[in-house]
Amino acid sequence: MSELSVNHLLGIKYLNKQDIQLIFETADHFKEVINRPIKKVPSLRDITIANLFFENSTRTKLSFELAEKRLSADVINFSAAQSSVKKGETLIDTVNNILSMKVDMVVMRHPNPGAGVFLSKHVNASIINAGDGAHEHPTQALLDSYSIRERFGEVKGKNVVIVGDILHSRVALSNIFALQLQGANVMVCGPKTLIPKYIDKLGVKVETNLRKALNWCDVANMLRVQNERMDVSYFPSTREYTQQFGVDKTLLNSLDKEITIMHPGPINRGVEITSDVADSKQAIILDQVQNGVAIRMAVIYLLASKIKQ
Amino acid sequence: MSQKVLLNAKEVNIILHRLACQLIENHKDFTNTVLIGIQPRGKFLANRLITLLKEDYKIKNLQSGQLDITFYRDDFRRSDKPLEANATEINCVVEGKKVVFIDDVLYTGRSIRAALTAIQSFGRPNEIELLTLIDRRFSRHLPIQPDYRGRQVDAINKEKVKVNWVENEGEDAVYLINS
Repeated sequence: MSELSVNHLLGIKYLNKQDIQLIFETADHFKEVINRPIKKVPSLRDITIANLFFENSTRTKLSFELAEKRLSADVINFSAAQSSVKKGETLIDTVNNILSMKVDMVVMRHPNPGAGVFLSKHVNASIINAGDGAHEHPTQALLDSYSIRERFGEVKGKNVVIVGDILHSRVALSNIFALQLQGANVMVCGPKTLIPKYIDKLGVKVETNLRKALNWCDVANMLRVQNERMDVSYFPSTREYTQQFGVDKTLLNSLDKEITIMHPGPINRGVEITSDVADSKQAIILDQVQNGVAIRMAVIYLLASKIKQ
Repeated sequence: MSQKVLLNAKEVNIILHRLACQLIENHKDFTNTVLIGIQPRGKFLANRLITLLKEDYKIKNLQSGQLDITFYRDDFRRSDKPLEANATEINCVVEGKKVVFIDDVLYTGRSIRAALTAIQSFGRPNEIELLTLIDRRFSRHLPIQPDYRGRQVDAINKEKVKVNWVENEGEDAVYLINS
């Protein structure tokens, strides 16, 4: 098995265990590549990739762009803010116009859930979902699992709690699928208002007491409160949220064991985690960012190898 | 499918000793030399030569590594089978060194072309040489020739040369396979 079972990366939901294994093994090789004096390989020199960002992003966009350039692909960037989308062009028209310039692969972030799936059915290019609304963010989940694997040797059997705004989080959903596929136990923790009603149907534990959750877990993945997606108030105040669901050094030190802290970024320091936690040895936040480039190189490389000439 | 033995264990052993001696002739004490096995099959030959040089010829401080060329190949998306990557391990400096590429079979020369590009990611060697156990002459696609060769073989294109190693296949032997 050295080929992905899919032609697009639309979500973790569409992958199987072997796919994730293959992506991780390929990422191992790319991690070695990006630590060389010359961090570039020529594999994708005849591939052109369009990064279409219909929603703001810094880290993910930079990470994808760097991964593409490290593989020697040609890259074009597109941000909805400065485009014809504002003039009323439809998604399919926008993408088909770009594809007619001979583009082989599309990396897309879009505010609407399912935008990637929709596009994959209507255009002739390999699609990578870089986040679609509150649905999925598969490369983030892959790099999170990869970072856990790097820290612990394997993901299987580990207890992982996802803390915070589960309701608006695509990172949470993709992480749940990815972790379960690899045999980890998953818990979500946050204010009741920010936990989707039927999430236990996915086979995850639900906890509203942060201390209990942290005592149970090996890894805590701290999510940001997505104020920009909130139309109504989900908790009384940021200060109260921090008191109940913020992690600080005192809380970490009072636990029975040392746990690992992850964060997909951007961090709101002093809200979900304090600065001393974010910068401590227990946090692997910057490792996650480095692994992100290797994981994205692996995904792009493996999908590109399925594009026939 | 028929197969013919090109080299048996005893012949492979003699050739390995000769290749080791030829390397010593050109590289003296190997202080400025790095031996690089080309993944996946070249590493077996490289490891055997390194063991020989260390144990039988008492060469100390040998520097070596393994180079994977998958991401540098020119048949990405062109071959029917997906390309599978292997580990690269180069834990020494190649800048300014004499590098010796070691591979089991030299056929079209395309792997070596890829290796020449790949090694540049680690620095600029002073010289690069090529050692192969089997040299399939007359089937080259590129102007690449070995500096050290175990045995020259005239094989037609549909024939395959297979090198077996004790540590991997349980025997030292080279076969010409006609399928």
